[in-house]
Amino acid sequence: MMRGLFKRRGPQAVEQYGAPGQGSGTAISAVTIVLILGGWWVVTQLGLIRPLFLPAPEMVISKFAKIACTEHYFEQMLVAVGGMAKVEAKCHGFSDHALHEHILWSLYRVFGAFALATVTAIPIGIAMGMNRHARGVFDPPIEFYRPIPPLAYLPLTIIWFGIGESGKLFLIFLACFAPIAINARAGVRSVSIEQIHAAYSMGASHRQVLRQVVLKAALPEILTGMRVAIAFGWTTLVAAEMVAAKAGIGVMVLNAARFLATDIVFLGIIVIGAVAFIFDLMMRRFERALVPWKGKV
Amino acid sequence: MTAIVSLNRVSVEFPAVDGAGVVKALEDVSLDFRDNEFVVALGASGCGKTTLLNVIAGFLQPTSGEILHKDAPIRGPGPDRGVVFQKHALLPWLNVLENTEFGLKLQGVAKEDRLSRARDYLALVGLSDFERYPIYQLSGGMQQRVGLARALTCDPDMLLMDEPLGALDAFTRENMQELVLDAWRKTRKVVFFITHSVEEALFMATRLIVMSPRPGRITHTYDIDFCDRFFETGNARAVKSSPEFIALREEVLSIIYGEETGDGLP
Ligand SMILES: Nc1ncnc2c1ncn2[C@@H]1O[C@H](COP(=O)(O)OP(=O)(O)O)[C@@H](O)[C@H]1O
Ligand SMILES: [Mg+2]
Repeated sequence: MMRGLFKRRGPQAVEQYGAPGQGSGTAISAVTIVLILGGWWVVTQLGLIRPLFLPAPEMVISKFAKIACTEHYFEQMLVAVGGMAKVEAKCHGFSDHALHEHILWSLYRVFGAFALATVTAIPIGIAMGMNRHARGVFDPPIEFYRPIPPLAYLPLTIIWFGIGESGKLFLIFLACFAPIAINARAGVRSVSIEQIHAAYSMGASHRQVLRQVVLKAALPEILTGMRVAIAFGWTTLVAAEMVAAKAGIGVMVLNAARFLATDIVFLGIIVIGAVAFIFDLMMRRFERALVPWKGKV
Repeated sequence: MTAIVSLNRVSVEFPAVDGAGVVKALEDVSLDFRDNEFVVALGASGCGKTTLLNVIAGFLQPTSGEILHKDAPIRGPGPDRGVVFQKHALLPWLNVLENTEFGLKLQGVAKEDRLSRARDYLALVGLSDFERYPIYQLSGGMQQRVGLARALTCDPDMLLMDEPLGALDAFTRENMQELVLDAWRKTRKVVFFITHSVEEALFMATRLIVMSPRPGRITHTYDIDFCDRFFETGNARAVKSSPEFIALREEVLSIIYGEETGDGLP
């Protein structure tokens, strides 16, 4: 029986002597995740840590159900298909909004700012790579503000934009802008001079070289920049929502902390992590589909 | 016969690495390329072969001297002079066929027309079955063949090749020599071909120019016809092992080595 088990495995990749980090780490990661979740559960079941500091997993799950108004929406669905006369479960949510409303507000802010950053940073980054004047103009401000933590210039965005949506968008926009511009600029350098020469000696104009050679060659790095940028966007979200926001995952976390509702803080953190992770996966898919040649030449 | 491209006392100087003085990459080079010629430049590394090609291609303006294409000065690169690079310089986001038709697309040729022309040249280099392949899945020799087909598709007067076979293994390289000669015979382009293999140079050239470094210049010129013998017999090995071929090979080798030992010492 044991032999049958071993036989079923396909041919194993040959280990290469000295190659760093070879082999798959997926199984180990799965064990790590199970251990963390299991440890969390055990510690809270045994009452080793007070729920104020570490709420039990089931508390977080029940908070999820409550804030997401699962029952309310389930009943609404039943009413729609005629299985129920009237929705009875109430939807309280948290801070006057159901979970999906918080998520949508945050998505709107992060992706609105990200979209703005994308359409401005790509042309500016490309221009910086192509042209010394553009590089001279944009390099100092970008390199100056890039390492400053968003919290440090948050007060400034309030003074400039007030407490409305535009200040929040601007804060996240700044976080997204630098990585995209810097990667687009670096991407320009990944086109080889031979590729440019080849295009010119086939009759290309400057414009054609820019659009059909340089931009294409820079695409893998631009996409990397976008991936980094969206992660920065999520990182900055909570800071942005600190200022007079009505809804949003960051608002939810901050309000919950004020009431010492640790389970909701946990829920918010997990939701941000999950949403960011899903978008990173999507970006990777997108990358594989759009630049299959990446790393192969 | 009229010259397609002619260089008249062309010199190119670069600033020296230490900042003081200049490197004379080319000095007083005069050279005519006539119809249907296969000119091979041979010389040790650093003798200005690439610089010469860059001047002809228009990637580099000479410091002094004159360079004409059909009696008009060359001011920059253009589709009348096709280039094949040592490292293929193909575009990895395009497949084999798209790479080959890229030049015609840049020039605004209609799709039907450019596809049929690209397919003709892919057939010429023996890659008809690989149209849809991404170029990073091809071997080095196949990539160079795409590079050749791409340059030919634009139908230039002249084809410039900078050590196009330099990165290939010996066996592929010999096959490619025959393929390039075959393409040349069928398309009737003027070819300027750079190599540092003496055997390759003698086998392919109708005119061989030997260059020497510091300052880069042409020291010897040979009019030869070993490629015609290959076309008659179809037997490359027989041509390369004939007594005349070996004698000339030794002569050229002694020129190159003579120079190297000659100025090796201060
Ligand atoms: N862009 C450059 N700047 C400075 N020196 C250069 C440059 N390009 C070539 N050279 C110098 O010019 C000489 C000829 O170079 P090159 O034409 O590349 O020789 P080859 O192709 O025959 O090996 C060399 O000494 C090289 O160092
Ligand atoms: Mg060279």
